[in-house]
Amino acid sequence: MAKKAAYMGMLTALAFVFSYIEFLIPVNVGIPGVKLGLANLVTIVALYIMGIREACTLSLIRILLTGLTFGNPAGMIYSFAGGALSLLVMTGARKLKLFSVTGVSVLGGVFHNLGQILAAAAVVENARLLYYLPALVLSGTIAGALIGLLAAVLVRRLEKLNRE
Amino acid sequence: MKKNDVILIVVILALALASFGGIYLYSAGNTEDGEAVVYLDGVEQGRYPLSQELSLEIPAENGNYNLLEIKDGKADITEASCPDKICVNHRPVKHLGESLVCLPNRVVVEIENSGEAELDAATR
Repeated sequence: MAKKAAYMGMLTALAFVFSYIEFLIPVNVGIPGVKLGLANLVTIVALYIMGIREACTLSLIRILLTGLTFGNPAGMIYSFAGGALSLLVMTGARKLKLFSVTGVSVLGGVFHNLGQILAAAAVVENARLLYYLPALVLSGTIAGALIGLLAAVLVRRLEKLNRE
Repeated sequence: MKKNDVILIVVILALALASFGGIYLYSAGNTEDGEAVVYLDGVEQGRYPLSQELSLEIPAENGNYNLLEIKDGKADITEASCPDKICVNHRPVKHLGESLVCLPNRVVVEIENSGEAELDAATR
């Protein structure tokens, strides 16, 4: 029990730091919402190594922490929307066992962006924002694939560690 | 990477490319009389033709603002009171359907055709 708490604490801190790193390196491609999603790396690893509950808790705490410190508190709603949809889809995809960790990460990235756009469109009451969906799906796929490859390696290594 | 992953990525990319193509076709023929329409909280505040140069401060809530500039047939937000400045960093827009969004100020500047949406066709 204590070991799990320590593990969770460490993963939360790691996710928080990854978010901070992303915050320090702004990706300016001219359209909003394009990001690397480094923090998702921790979420996926937690999903595979620890479970759904732990991954959800981790995401929730990380989004809250990030929003309240260096992020934008009002912008947390978009992170929650994206994170929730992303986690939902990733959990389902993992259960289906159709994709590897990389594929699940791609889905996670795409649906995170989708969740954010939907929330943004709802807030400003303007569906035209969806104009940016193709570009964000593209960036979500690329980022998701990259993060996914990393996550696959990590999950494999950490699973081994867990069993020892 | 399993085979399914590759299929997934290819399908997603194909869909995204198809959407890109669709959007481009839709907006490409329509930018002659484009207008920048300013929305605050989803409510239209004003329409400004892209053909006229303009510098306009859009007042949002609590003394916040976005500075809209129309130059060379493009609309751009060059200054804003929001903390993240995503709207300012956004490249200038001019195609139908493109928009500049400032979520903290709840301001949207969208490119539309002049006037209300017209009928595309009618049957008798």
